[in-house]
Amino acid sequence: MLEIKNLHVKLEEEDKQILKGVDLTVEAGKVHAIMGPNGSGKSTLSYVLSGRDGYEVTEGSVDLNGEDLLEMEPEERAAAGMFLAFQYPVEIPGVGNMTFLRTAVNAQRKARGEEEMSAADFLKEIRAKAKSLKIDADMLKRPVNVGFSGGEKKRNEILQMAMLEPKLCILDETDSGLDVDAMKLVAEGVNALRDQGRGFLVITHYQRLLDHIKPDVVHIMADGKIVKTGGPELALEVENNGYSDILAEVN
Amino acid sequence: MAVPEVKQSATEARLATLTMPDAGCTRAAREDALARVLETGLPGRRDEYWKYTRPDTLITSDAMPAAVLKDDEPPIFDKLDRLKIVFVDGVFSPNDSDDLSLEGVSIDRLEDICCKDIHWAKELYGVLEARGQVPVQRPLAALNTAFASDGVAIHVTGKPSKPINLIYRHASPTSDAILHHVVRVESGAEATILETGPAASRFNKCMEIDVADNGTLHHVRAQGRDHERRAATHMFTRLGQESVYKSFTLTVNGVLTRNEQIVELTGDDAVAHVAGACVGDGDFHHDDTVFVTHDAVNCESRQVFKKVLRNGATGVFQGKILVKAGAQKTDGYQISQSLLLDDDSQFLAKPELEIYADDVACSHGSTSGAIDETALFYLRSRGVPTKDATNMLTLAFLAEAVDEIEDGSLAEAIVNRLEGWLARRS
Repeated sequence: MLEIKNLHVKLEEEDKQILKGVDLTVEAGKVHAIMGPNGSGKSTLSYVLSGRDGYEVTEGSVDLNGEDLLEMEPEERAAAGMFLAFQYPVEIPGVGNMTFLRTAVNAQRKARGEEEMSAADFLKEIRAKAKSLKIDADMLKRPVNVGFSGGEKKRNEILQMAMLEPKLCILDETDSGLDVDAMKLVAEGVNALRDQGRGFLVITHYQRLLDHIKPDVVHIMADGKIVKTGGPELALEVENNGYSDILAEVN
Repeated sequence: MAVPEVKQSATEARLATLTMPDAGCTRAAREDALARVLETGLPGRRDEYWKYTRPDTLITSDAMPAAVLKDDEPPIFDKLDRLKIVFVDGVFSPNDSDDLSLEGVSIDRLEDICCKDIHWAKELYGVLEARGQVPVQRPLAALNTAFASDGVAIHVTGKPSKPINLIYRHASPTSDAILHHVVRVESGAEATILETGPAASRFNKCMEIDVADNGTLHHVRAQGRDHERRAATHMFTRLGQESVYKSFTLTVNGVLTRNEQIVELTGDDAVAHVAGACVGDGDFHHDDTVFVTHDAVNCESRQVFKKVLRNGATGVFQGKILVKAGAQKTDGYQISQSLLLDDDSQFLAKPELEIYADDVACSHGSTSGAIDETALFYLRSRGVPTKDATNMLTLAFLAEAVDEIEDGSLAEAIVNRLEGWLARRS
């Protein structure tokens, strides 16, 4: 599904190499987790995949279902099935949450040549999905993320993911700023979306989230590269011993 | 002080083209107004109050020609039930207008008042305009009082069931119109006045509004889209105790617009909200000049102005809150913001507070900025194309001003216009 080959990325504004040859393949139906210390390039990877400005790919390639992802605009990536749950969801005053989501759903459908969703169908679906994430009607009506608590913002990201039904979901430190209950709720939302056709890339500092979203594969990233790949037990190793042992072993 | 020679000759040249109508009971007010014009002269480029807007084309002898827009949109409030009063190039058109009788309000043409010796409007015509000449002179308003050729007097005594819509059609590419309206809202009465359309190639409009204790007036205006039209408008409003005045103006195009709002809160617990949203392109120049005077206790005033500018358009905001001694517990708020869609456009703002009372809450803010790139990326990452995302953020920026309109169906009509403007340009 997602195939990253030898990806090198530097900051556009300064001569600073962040990613130094990332190789990663996420298969449909699998959950891959990326862990790593601060500054290892995890978030940069998620930004580059979603098409954010300010980064320059100097080498390598990224394919999503056989298409060259790096050639696409952010909205084309979304229509092709990419979704990034932001570490810091953006507040947009003046744009209603519901209006925003409906515009997004229909823009993606239009881009794919599908029929737009009717207002009634949309309402029915969003209500059901919001309910399971404990998002009330008031939150749907309010401007996007404005005045939302940290937990509400993250739940709102998952709601968007549920409505947009992407093929590849990237979760960028979705656990940051969440208490245990909120994390469980978010994890349940993610787990409900797991199926054979969908791939996940979960970026996190801590093993805690992975107790709730069980990964198939765990990667350790350091200094712009994936330095070790293993099963769920790798996450536990990090939790118990920190990154230093692994990094020492690799070096 | 003598009027500078350049100004004097410009003023004389303009006055030479105008004739005072047969004025009846408004004659004294008109002659006083003419004296004010002669005393100060018409606005000139060196006047501080016209620092950001060149008045030249507003005072030339003849109006600059302005092409009549072949309108591709249905009239803005078309779907709403309203009483229509139509002026074509500044002349009342009985055939296009509705019957002027409506329960709770009486409406007379200025022409009919002028042939009477006694009429309630005599107590108001030119009165608030004259009050509004201090501390800042507004000679275009005085010129209007002296020479207005048409207009209506609206006397609100109850709660009319529908809004009164003054519709200004533009038919001749060289028309030059001067209209003067007076509005009196009696105690406990409530009405909505709508103003729509470009009016003329050059339009000078003055409206004097006197709201008695506990009266309420809503005013929603959509200025016409004709690209080359010019307009200078004044709204003078005096508010009694516990009265309410809420005014919103939408401006979409027009090469030059100067809208002045002069509001006096003279009764305790009165409320005045003036708001505006404008969107402009190219040689568009739009000026909102607001002067709110608090002269009573516990009054609230809000000024909310938002401008979206692109391709070299210019937006101006001069807003003042004056709190007189004794106007304690004043709550004054003022915000003016512009969204500059490119580097060529500019926004010039002069927010002012002048406060002589010690127990007041007044705030003002003014910002200029581009589209929020982070928000734009967020929308795009969810699949919304750049163009649509930019339009969503532009409408969101204007929302705070549009939200000042209380009536949902009027607000919706305004939003539709804004969407139309955005759609034509993307």
